[in-house]
Amino acid sequence: MIRVEHLTVNYGAINALSDVSFEANPGRVTAVLGANGAGKSTLLRAISGLVAPKSGDIFLGERSILSMATENIARLGVAHVPEGRGVIHELTIEENLRLGAFASEVDVRAGLERQYELFPVLGDRRKKYCSTLSGGERQMLAMARALISDPKVLLLDEPSLGLAPQVTSELMNLILELCHANDLTVVLVEQNAKSALRISHDAVVLHLGTVVASGDADTIANDKNLRHYYLGLVQ
Amino acid sequence: MSQFLSSPIMHNIFAGLAQGVIYSLVALSLVIIWQSTHVLNFAQGAMAMFASYVGMTEIDRGLNYWLCLVLSIFVGLLFGGFTERVLIRPLYGKPEINAIVVTVGFLGVLEAVAQAVWTSTTRNIATPLSQIYFHNQGRLVLLSPFVIFQFALAIVIMLFVAGLFRFTDLGLQLRASALAPEVARLLGVRVNRMLTIGWMLSAAVGTVAATIVASGSFGLYPSDMDGILIAGFIAAVVGGLESPVGAVIGGLLIGLAEQFILSYWSADLAPLGGIILLVVVLMLRPQGLFTKSVSRRV
Repeated sequence: MIRVEHLTVNYGAINALSDVSFEANPGRVTAVLGANGAGKSTLLRAISGLVAPKSGDIFLGERSILSMATENIARLGVAHVPEGRGVIHELTIEENLRLGAFASEVDVRAGLERQYELFPVLGDRRKKYCSTLSGGERQMLAMARALISDPKVLLLDEPSLGLAPQVTSELMNLILELCHANDLTVVLVEQNAKSALRISHDAVVLHLGTVVASGDADTIANDKNLRHYYLGLVQ
Repeated sequence: MSQFLSSPIMHNIFAGLAQGVIYSLVALSLVIIWQSTHVLNFAQGAMAMFASYVGMTEIDRGLNYWLCLVLSIFVGLLFGGFTERVLIRPLYGKPEINAIVVTVGFLGVLEAVAQAVWTSTTRNIATPLSQIYFHNQGRLVLLSPFVIFQFALAIVIMLFVAGLFRFTDLGLQLRASALAPEVARLLGVRVNRMLTIGWMLSAAVGTVAATIVASGSFGLYPSDMDGILIAGFIAAVVGGLESPVGAVIGGLLIGLAEQFILSYWSADLAPLGGIILLVVVLMLRPQGLFTKSVSRRV
């Protein structure tokens, strides 16, 4: 479980997040929605320790992970798939996956087999360099690499970016499936509110660094004002 | 056959390779640092010189040659780690010029300290392996037991480094830390530790090169590694800066080019060998001979 309390992050004089609080729970997908520059990525980066918050606190379970080193947060079971997927192009698919397993005690070989079963397209091309993969395949690889360490929390930053609608839809179904199957706490940052809300249980809407709405995903999806002003959804 | 091994061509090839091996090791050490931290270390040669001098001092006190080689390598490891921690770590994320200025400055400091402590005279280590060239049916062959050891050592180190980067978990983490530090951190890789290990490894490989130079008949003096560093740097660039195998082959090519110029043209022009090779390679294959050019797609 991830709990963010009164989090404020500044980039120099610019206020990226102010007084943001929310909670994401196991077995549930929590969507973080909002326009470009709303602070969605910053929120994930703060959870992973990539940016230092000015004030507030972040808890993993009962433990504060604020001001912990990124690699140690990862080792506690927080898998973060960054925007642009973070696949290392100069490494092979298998090397990328093996890299994901260092954060945990899982057996690398068993982990690889598990992911190849889940994503056969990766298994078939395990020795190939990642530069040969399509956007959707790279997203699969990024997901597999995050899951191989058997994380408790999965932070996804714009997984649908650059993907065709059909691929996005399959990806979202997969996220929901994995969330249920592994009792994962999923925090799903998306600009594509429609796709995200379809699979989310909870949602947080950010606007210019502040929370303008949070709660049940269906309620937010049906709120006319929110849809109109913040989510860019037309009736 | 004996005639062939003693022919002028083979003399030049053996002499060129013996010198080239030293360039190869320096190039390899530069590639390790480049691969793991994306810094070009201008103090590489001076660090190696310093670590070998420490080992050599113990030889003067009567320690066995092999133990001294091990000692020097060990000092190199510590020295590399220390340098990364103290001098290089504050520079990450800063413009590349900062690392250049710091490593060039460090080079000057190390050479000055070495001259102060050990004087600037050439020092030479007596090796347990003979440096006397073989004779085959009365004809000279420019190979000695020590030169053969030199080749074998370089091959072992090259295979060790290439294998480490290519096949081990540590090597994978080292590469990932250099290619994408932030992503590596997100995956739980202890990137800072990897950077230190990269520098340690690199300094140790460089130290082997300096110790070979000190064991050779011309010995080692504090600024001796400057010229070797330039050749090693050219070798690394010729090989593509990312390929351990490329660095080694680049070093051997420069050794051969210098030797052939020396023998057929003029000793003064020998250092041109590396430069000519550099120009030719940059014109024909600017990414280096052994780089798999993976184009980055976003």
